[in-house]
Parts: sequence; C-alpha cells; structure tokens
Amino acid sequence: MATKPITGEQRAFMTGNEVVAWAALAAGADIMYGYPITPQNEIMHYWTRMAPKYERAFLQTEDEISAGFTTVGGVLAGKRAFTATAGPGNVLMQEAMAMAEMMRLPTVVVVTQRGGPSTATVIYSQQELNLTCFGGNGEGLRIVYSPASHDELFTYVIKAFNSAWKYRFPTFVLGDGYQSKMREPVTLFDPEERGINMEVCRPMVGLPGLPGEERDPAHLRNTYNLEDELYQVLTDSIREYEAMASEVAEWDAWSADEAEVLVIAHGVVSRAARAAVEALRQGGVQAGYFRSITLRPFPVDALRPLASRARHLLVVESAYGQLQRLVQASLYGLETPVSGYLRPGMGITPEEVARAVHSLI
Amino acid sequence: MAIAAQPQMPRVWRAESKPHKFCPGCGHGIVLKALGEAVDALGIQERTIFGCDIGCSLLSWDFFNLDTIQTHHGRTTPVLVGIKRARPELVVVSYMGDGGAYAIGAQHLVSSASRNDLVTIIVVNNTVYAMTGGQMAPTTLPGQKTETTPYGRDVELTGRPMLGPELVAAIAPPGAYVARGSVANVVQLKNYIQKGLENQIQGRGIAFIEALSSCPTNWRTNAAETWRFLEKEMSAYFPVGELRTPEEKPAARLREVPAHGPKP
Amino acid sequence: MALNLKIALAGEGGQGVQSVAEILTEAAYHAGYQPLYIPNFGVEQRGGVSVAFVQISEAPVSAPKFTTGDIVVALSHRAVERARQYVGPETLLVFDASLADDVRRVYGEGQKSLAVPALAIAKEGLHPRVFNVIILGVLVGVTGFLERRDVEQALERQFGHKFAQDPSLKELNYRALERGYLLGSERLEVGNRI
Repeated sequence: MATKPITGEQRAFMTGNEVVAWAALAAGADIMYGYPITPQNEIMHYWTRMAPKYERAFLQTEDEISAGFTTVGGVLAGKRAFTATAGPGNVLMQEAMAMAEMMRLPTVVVVTQRGGPSTATVIYSQQELNLTCFGGNGEGLRIVYSPASHDELFTYVIKAFNSAWKYRFPTFVLGDGYQSKMREPVTLFDPEERGINMEVCRPMVGLPGLPGEERDPAHLRNTYNLEDELYQVLTDSIREYEAMASEVAEWDAWSADEAEVLVIAHGVVSRAARAAVEALRQGGVQAGYFRSITLRPFPVDALRPLASRARHLLVVESAYGQLQRLVQASLYGLETPVSGYLRPGMGITPEEVARAVHSLI
Repeated sequence: MAIAAQPQMPRVWRAESKPHKFCPGCGHGIVLKALGEAVDALGIQERTIFGCDIGCSLLSWDFFNLDTIQTHHGRTTPVLVGIKRARPELVVVSYMGDGGAYAIGAQHLVSSASRNDLVTIIVVNNTVYAMTGGQMAPTTLPGQKTETTPYGRDVELTGRPMLGPELVAAIAPPGAYVARGSVANVVQLKNYIQKGLENQIQGRGIAFIEALSSCPTNWRTNAAETWRFLEKEMSAYFPVGELRTPEEKPAARLREVPAHGPKP
Repeated sequence: MALNLKIALAGEGGQGVQSVAEILTEAAYHAGYQPLYIPNFGVEQRGGVSVAFVQISEAPVSAPKFTTGDIVVALSHRAVERARQYVGPETLLVFDASLADDVRRVYGEGQKSLAVPALAIAKEGLHPRVFNVIILGVLVGVTGFLERRDVEQALERQFGHKFAQDPSLKELNYRALERGYLLGSERLEVGNRI
C-alpha cells in the first residue's frame, strides 16, 4: 500500500521542476503523459522516479499532440491526469486543449515558458501568455495560474487540479524556465493536512451500468451540425465561465492605491516589480504594485479601480506586450496612460523596473 | 426517425440512432455491424469505449449503446491510449478512416504499434477523403481520379498507396494482431475484429484491422462498379487476410531482445 | 544592511562551477538564509561556458538572474571573457592565478580582483578533482557569512555516498575546502562591506 508522499510540512531547497512533481504527487495525480522538451524535462524525470513508489503511472508519448490527447483520455477515464510542456510543444498541445475546452475536460498542463517564437531559446520568457490563455480555435475558456515562487508553484499545481475538476475548464500553471531551473526554499505539504480537499474525479466514460439499458450511453461530442447547436453549447460554457470568474480570479497588490506609477506584472517578473516598488517607496516615490495571479480569468474588477486612481500604469513583462494587451483590454475607457517595459525572452531585474518607473515621472 | 430494433441488428447497436447517417452504398455500416456483432459475441458492451475520428467515421458517434467520444482528426488512438493507460480494465476501440490513420495520425499509429498499445484500431479504407468531398487519400490507387488528382493519381508526384496493415505488421512487437478484411466478406471481417478485441482483452498487444470499404458517393459509381472496384481493384492492391497473429513470431529483426543499456 | 549577495561563477564544463553553486546555496539554505541558484542551461550549455547565478539573502530573492555581481568567479580563458558582462566597478573578480594575463587583457589593471592559485594547489598538493572545492572554500572565506561547518555538511549531503565508499576522498575535500577558505578569508572584504 502506497503511503502519502508528504506528511506534515516539509521545508526543502529544490528546483521548480522538482516542486511541480512533488505537487502533482501531493495532489494525488494518477498519471502523467509527456514528451521531452526543455525546460520541462525534469518534471518527468522526478515524476518517473517517484511515481512507482506511490502507484502512479507515466506514459512517454510520441509528441506533444499525443501528450495532450492522452491527457484528455486520462481525464475522460476519470483520473487526475496531467502533462507538462513548453514553447513549440505548447503550440502542439493546443490542439488537444481546444478539445478539452469544447468538451469541458479537466486537463491540467504545466507550462514552463521558454523563448519564442519558433525554437528560440530553451531558457526563459513570458511569451506563452497568449498561447496558453487563448490558444486553439476558440474563446480561451481556460483557467491560467501564473505563480511567482516555488511555494506558489507547489500551491497552484495542487489548486489547478481542484479548479479543473470543479469548474471543468482546462487549467494551466504557467511557469517559466527560470522557475523550472532555479533552486530556492519551498515548503511542501499534504493538502489534506492544510484543510484542502481534493475535488473528486468522476469518469465521463466507462461508467457503471449497461449503456442503453441500465443508463444512457455517454455520447461525448465536439462536433455539431448546426450553428445554433454550437452557439447553444458555447453560450452555456461562456455563461458558466463568467459566473465562476470572480471566484477564481486572483491577484496581489501592494501600496497600489493612488499610485503615481502602478507597476503591473505577472509570474516571476512580479518579484522584481515588487522589489522595485518597495525600493522606490523607500526613496519617496509613490509607486504601486499589482500582479495578476490568474491570467484567465483576468482580475479586471480588482485592477480597474486601482488603475483609475493611478497616474501612470507601467506593464513589465518578458514579452512584447502580451500582458499589456490583457491590461489594456481590461481597462478600456479609462484615461490612465499605459506604458510597457517589454523585454521579450529576457529576465527583468528590480533595478531595470525602478529605472523604467523613474522615466515616467 | 427511430425504428425498433430488428433481429439482424447487433444488440449493442443503438436503435434510436437508426437508420444510420451514412450514404447509400457506404461500407461504414457493414464495418460497424461486424464490430457490433463482435462486441456482442464477447459480452463486453459494459466496458467497451468507442472513439471515433473526424471524417465519415464521426457519423458513428451515436451509433452504439457504448460510451463514445468524438475526438480530433488523427487523434483518436492517443485519446483511447490515454484512457487505457488510466483504466486498463476498459476495452478501447479506435475507429477511423485511412486519412486519420495513415496521414494526419500516422505518427500515433507508428508509435502505438511500436509500444504494442492495448488498443483495437479499426481503419476504414475507402481510398478517398470522403467527408471533405473526395480528395486524394494515402490509399488512393494509382491512376484513380479524385478531386485533388483530377487526371488520376500520379505515383511519380504523390507516391504509392499506403499499406497500413503491412506497416503495422512490420513494426509491432510480438503479441500484435494485424489483419485486413473487407466489407465484401462481413463474416471474415467480424471474425478479424473479434480476434482484435480478444487480443486486447488478453493483454497480448496492439490489434489493427483495416477494412476495405466502399464510397460510391465520391467514387461516383453505380452498384455494380462499386463492387467491381472494391473486389477486383482494391483487393488486388490491398490483399485481404491476417498479417500477424499473436502466436506468430514477427519478422526476424523483431525478435525478443534482452534488456540492454550502457552501464554508467 | 541585510545580507544580499550576488555571485556569478563561470567556467568550462567539468570544472564544477555548478557544483560549487549548489553546495554554497545548500549550505546557505541550511544556515537559514534564502538562497536562489540558477544555472545557465540549454543548447548553449553543451560546449559553452557554464555560468551559475547565486544570490544569498535574508529575504526571498527578487529576480533569478542579475546584471552585476558582487563577486564574479572566472575559471577559464573563455570564462574570463564571458563573465565580463556581470562585472561592475565594485565587483570582486575571483580568478585562477593562471589566468592573470587574460584578466589583465580583458579588465585592465584597475579591477578589484583576487587571484587564487587553485589549479596549482590542486595539482601539486591535492588532486585536480578538488579544484572546484578550493574555489568553494575561497568564496566561503571571502564572504564570511557561513560557518565552515555549514559547508562541510553541505559537502557531506552532496558527496556523502562517495565519501562512504572512499574515506580518503572526504579528507581530500575537507583539505581543499580549508586551503580555499584560508586564501579567501584573507580578503574578507566583501563580507565586511556588507
């Protein structure tokens, strides 16, 4: 009988990829499907080493298309299934995620962003925001968490499984290569001991009872004959997405009210943003900090009032305006000017953020 | 439009979705009848999951009283492999056309065959992309006219028809079951499909069955010419029969091998 | 001001700069600090210069990489050039003494620096394989925020299984650490400055 992977609270010093594998174990993930791509690989490495000890499974697929679709199969079968990918792999993964979006399948994908477009770098970026939030031929009915530390990676991987199975939208943890490869202290814990109940995973196929006689067969569709049929399905999904948005949306803010410059960031860059704002405040500059933890749904209601009372907005990201576009769309109609410190594929330090703020005042 | 179940309908067929949606003269109904009879014979209705590809195969999505998933074009096998790995007690059937199997989904077929995935794949080979209006398929015969080969398939430009079962038979490990049947011989086809399902249930390896099938709509043929093309021309290029049975050793180069690996 | 130390280490693959970073941050973590360590990696790591970014702080570190280090370590010809971008006017450049000509060529005479004859010590007195442990010792000595005990425990965690197989290896590593530590602690200026 497999024991719990983590008991009590365990402090550790490890890489983000190792944190993800531990989090999936702690969350009770049953099976991982995956295809090698840097910087995601060590998630699979740690998972394949630990999984057999806890009666979990793994399948290495032939590509990310297959990794996505086998994950779809795993959740259809009622198992807490997940995969991890990055960059060009994330591009291929979108096909299966579009199916998950249409069929409301609770897939969980950990994305470790690398430089783009194309093969680019295997190192780091925040350039997979558009793809992860809105990839596929649909409306982006997904939940996307953007953690900023190893503690958050651990917490949000667990939360991703719960949000996915609770709301039935494909759910992503949007990490990056820096978070994957860096080591920093983290506290691992058993979710139950923290009062986190894991959502029950119910199968969508292979249900008990003889189909057609004791119950209706599950006939799961993603194809419709008529515009009206599709429209009805999508309208229902969109309504449910919008209804859960305020429950799911998460953000963080610090000294953000009536800021001269409100710095907006997500993911690992928000650490630099926060450090810069703290330093600026100490230096007497009225800077503020806002971070979206969920990129989908985007925390519009939290940001709008803060943005309306700020004099300038500065979006800071390791991409060329992907977050900035989300921000601008959310703030349409406000007069607060929005600028960007946009460094596609480059890390951002607190000093750079502070300089960018100074250039606005 | 539902009609009462008739004696010749397999029990697993869903009466409410009959008559089915395939064109007159289409072979899909015959393949699905063979599959239905095989499921009935094995008594596995309660634990069989049916996945259908995009293309005319999709029209089978409500065909059976089986839990059924519409997947994406070419991706049916990965979805069902995902299910099988998560719930090995289920019996999974991956149903698709020649385009889904040999073109857009070829990498999945090759990899599932190499892994000897416990999945039963049924490929309906009618030599055309039918749902999209009759374009050249991987199985279009040399000289055959389609919408994208209006002067006939030129093998110098477009290659030769794909021999799917031969491909799988060549690469699958021991334990695989590979056969090619035809809607012209439904008893034999049912027999092959049943063996293919048994192979999965017994955990021996992949089962791959190609069914030669007809598409008078896109071939633009009458009944007589439809059968002539199927029975004469197609079966001449695509020979019917069993290519691999689980008892049989595959080609010599695929013999069982001991564990290897550099020792660091 | 609270400790907030940035160290970049650059060397050839096989020189063990990543191990130095790993052991140093492990030791700092167990000593109660908030270290962050990230290697450079990727296509470039095969055959390129290996760079390790280490930050040690009392509060969580804000950005994984930095533009200018407090200490930059360069252990090969190529590393002397590659590390240039992380060296500012205040940076202490630690380099193997055999690279003095390269350092002079790339950095001129004015750079604050510490030449460590680690290669020579390793070859003559110890063993080439503990070259990087000498460097580790220098960093512990120069920065002065760690007890040697913390570092020995981190070495033990890293190489314990090898030490168990060959006790002389442990002794060799501890001596290398000691030699480096003595060289470094003579220049305890970084720690003093912070």
